[in-house]
Amino acid sequence: MSDPLNAAALLANFVIVPAIAYGSQLALGALGVTLIYGILRFSNFAHGDTMAFGTMITILFTWWFQSLGLSLGPLPTALLALPFGIAVCALFVLFCDRVVYRFHRAKRADPVIFVIASVGVMFVMNGLVRFIIGPDDQNFADGERFIIKAREFKQLTGLSEGISIKVSQSITVVTMIIVVAALFWFLNKTRTGKSMRAYSDNEDLALLSGINPDRVVAVTWILAAALATIAGTLYGLDKSFKPFTYFQLLLPIFASAIVGGLGNPIGAIAGGFVIAFSEITVTYAYKKFANYIVPGDWKADGLMQLLSTNYKFAVSFLILLMVLLFRPTGIFRGKSV
Amino acid sequence: MSFLLAEKMTGGYGGADILHECTIAAEKGEIAVIVGPNGAGKSTAMKAVFGMLDLRLGSVYLDGEDITRLTPQDRVSRGMAFVPQNNNVFPSMSVEENLEMGAFLRRDDIAGTMEQVFSLFPILKEKRRQNAGELSGGQRQQVAVGRALMTQPQLLMLDEPTAGVSPIVMDELFDRIIEVAKTGISILMVEQNARQALNIADKGYVLVQGRNRYTDTGEALLNDPEVRKSFLGG
Amino acid sequence: MITSLRNIFYFAVMAGLIVLVGQMQSWNLALSILNLCLISSVMALGVNMQWGYAGLFNVGVMGFAALGGLMAMLVSMPPVQEAWTAAGGGAWVGMGIFLLTLIIAITLYRKLPKNGLRTAAIMLVVIAGYVLLRIYFDPTTKVIEKVNPAASGYLGGLGLPIILAWPLGGLLAGGVAWFVGKITLGLRSDYLAIATLGISEIIVAVLKHEDWMTRGVKNVTGLPRPVPYEVNLQNTQWFLDLCERLGTDPVTFSSIFVKLCYAGLFAVVLLLVLWLSERALRSPWGRMMRAIRDNEVSASAMGKDVTARHLQVFVLGSVVVGIAGAMLTTLDGQLTPSSYQPLRFTFLIWVMVIVGGSGNNWGAVLGGFVIWFFWIEAEPLGLWLMDVLTAGMADDSALRTHLLESAAHMRLITMGLILLLALRFNPRGLLPERTQQ
Repeated sequence: MSDPLNAAALLANFVIVPAIAYGSQLALGALGVTLIYGILRFSNFAHGDTMAFGTMITILFTWWFQSLGLSLGPLPTALLALPFGIAVCALFVLFCDRVVYRFHRAKRADPVIFVIASVGVMFVMNGLVRFIIGPDDQNFADGERFIIKAREFKQLTGLSEGISIKVSQSITVVTMIIVVAALFWFLNKTRTGKSMRAYSDNEDLALLSGINPDRVVAVTWILAAALATIAGTLYGLDKSFKPFTYFQLLLPIFASAIVGGLGNPIGAIAGGFVIAFSEITVTYAYKKFANYIVPGDWKADGLMQLLSTNYKFAVSFLILLMVLLFRPTGIFRGKSV
Repeated sequence: MSFLLAEKMTGGYGGADILHECTIAAEKGEIAVIVGPNGAGKSTAMKAVFGMLDLRLGSVYLDGEDITRLTPQDRVSRGMAFVPQNNNVFPSMSVEENLEMGAFLRRDDIAGTMEQVFSLFPILKEKRRQNAGELSGGQRQQVAVGRALMTQPQLLMLDEPTAGVSPIVMDELFDRIIEVAKTGISILMVEQNARQALNIADKGYVLVQGRNRYTDTGEALLNDPEVRKSFLGG
Repeated sequence: MITSLRNIFYFAVMAGLIVLVGQMQSWNLALSILNLCLISSVMALGVNMQWGYAGLFNVGVMGFAALGGLMAMLVSMPPVQEAWTAAGGGAWVGMGIFLLTLIIAITLYRKLPKNGLRTAAIMLVVIAGYVLLRIYFDPTTKVIEKVNPAASGYLGGLGLPIILAWPLGGLLAGGVAWFVGKITLGLRSDYLAIATLGISEIIVAVLKHEDWMTRGVKNVTGLPRPVPYEVNLQNTQWFLDLCERLGTDPVTFSSIFVKLCYAGLFAVVLLLVLWLSERALRSPWGRMMRAIRDNEVSASAMGKDVTARHLQVFVLGSVVVGIAGAMLTTLDGQLTPSSYQPLRFTFLIWVMVIVGGSGNNWGAVLGGFVIWFFWIEAEPLGLWLMDVLTAGMADDSALRTHLLESAAHMRLITMGLILLLALRFNPRGLLPERTQQ
């Protein structure tokens, strides 16, 4: 029996909804990487661990608020803690810039030196996070779990496949939209934002125009820290928080930023969704889906999975290679220098 | 004392000196042009005036004030504006944003200055929403000059503004530069097209190997047979 | 010669430290540290070729070392006959599809003109090969994994001497490096870093999840050794005679003797690689490499093919890392896919190279010794430090327990700080590159 409605519901539940949420998280992460790249001109390997660090601070505040009995009702308490996480993370990142990167910037060191320095920072952050909160899984989501449960959806529509939407998923998407809108407003409409774009475009001319480089750099770090903390917290709410997972997110995040064109914010968002959708569609097992859409009594044997989820990094990697092969500046033409 | 006076500048980028007791001056509302053969140190002299080169000896005065020790950024706030030869626009920003960035240090209303720039370069008004990187070479130079004018400078410095543009565009650019000078702004310009540049110059400096060789009014230099023979191709 | 005196001084201090560990803790531990120092040094030499000679940032050291380790297992373990029988033709079909795909892809690469079409064609072939492999080989892997899963559940290896795996592991790592380098070199430097990060994650994922090949996280233990076993030694007459002459206990000495044998083998490899590296660095090729590193633009203006040279040195460096990876697995006597952690591998080696002195082979070797030594000794030191720090706290204090438990993570922080400090205050390392006039 061909049953396209159930097939669509199935796909929406297991591919589209999770991919939109994951894509939003990657987009926010990639935006941070691309901002740093655009202004400071290096790939920040510490970004995954910055996400972990910011999330950890948010979790600690969440626990504290929970112990005080503070809550947002159906929404997770972590949202209340998020501004504090951002603030602490921004301070820490500014401190890192002050003691690590500024020295190399003053010397106008090679980009690769910055990359290695960021690896050093990554080490330290990684160690700090494990030292403070431990290397294990932490669950900090509270409030309502679902907006719509699969069972309710089934009752509502009479389909045999349900679509469930988690609160964390919708928070992720809403937050992403708000953050991206605010970021673009900031970059395109405010004086500071425009000066950042000018600095990224042509550093020497920006200096000639009287733009203060220290200020631009500081604002960039603050934005990157905020984006990293938000992305990390949303990811943690949606899945769970484990320091090593955040380190591993580095690859899909870099891939997103490069696919869209390093240094290009719109590209980073598009790249995040390209990577998320590819990863989930390639690793999804289509057995049930095939049974729904193929007419007749044919039954799929095997999972019909293109790639095991164990190899989800391979998807980011392959897309990355394809972009480098065919269009090294990315879809939206980032900086090639 | 001249409005801009750069006296006996001597220095280079580390190592050997490129400039040797080179003196450049410009009066208010006048166009001063630096010409000379390749490698004469024309651009270097300009950079030295703007503070992008450490001077071993000599001083730079603007409006009677010694600015030798100031950074380029500080000189901008003192009323100097510099248009580099290459990479002189923000390519991924719109024409209008380029002009805004030129006025970054100003806190007052910049709408009037922008209107002045648009009336000087009408094409920029038409293309104000377009990214500077998508414009033609000549239009890009206009954006670059316009960006520099947004600070409301008293001295505008141009490093080979006509490099790589067609002769027609060059004539038009020179016309605009004359117009700028008429508003009372001093102009210091390095030019490869010596004959055309001296034509519009109130004062001309011929540099050879980092030294002043000839200094006179533009007209006098154009009529000097020796200058014509050696530097203007007869 | 101030520099050579300094070299000797540093290495003498290092030797002294190891002897000190032998005296204070135990000779067994000292030799374990020495063996890993030797392997680390070889690996650091490989990274130094890439970074020190050419300025290439390879974040995938772990992956290339893992390939060496995989080769050690595949070469040395005896084949599992039952698995081969159970797999029947499936294993051969799978291997056939794999090889055929590889051959067609390489032929296309060689024969077609270089353009986007060629890349697309190769990609298509690879995808087709992958799909065929999944269709025809997947059922076979299930069969293989079902054969006695507790003890084997994999195909085993070739049953050859493990020493053979060292060069073969190098070749395998070099092949993968060629593939990655071919795509990313010539683009901006960050891309190589990101791509190597990706490939090493994938390599380790394959090792962890392809149970039919590597038993995955169940590990392959008991790899045959290139040196004698302790038990056999203890029953050998000449060894017992030797012990008697030295006046030591055969049980203790047998394990020391085995470690000494390993140390000898590793030292031979280290000296060989070091000698070749030094020769290469001083040859016209080495001068050209450094010229390219110091000024790519002028080197390419002089007609040097920068990208091709980078590819060459990237592959060579990865070969050396692969050899070291195979040596490491040989020493461990087992393939443990989950032990390949990026922080432990890749970045530790990087700290070695930068602290030791990038561009100087002796520096890389010294860095390998120093950093490995402190990596091992940092744990007891950290614990001791935490003990002292928390001595004033109550025994059941939560903070005290937490600090003591987390002391291990201090190693990461310390290594990160060492890297950052070296980069800032001593970027040329303990033994700086000699600048030739």
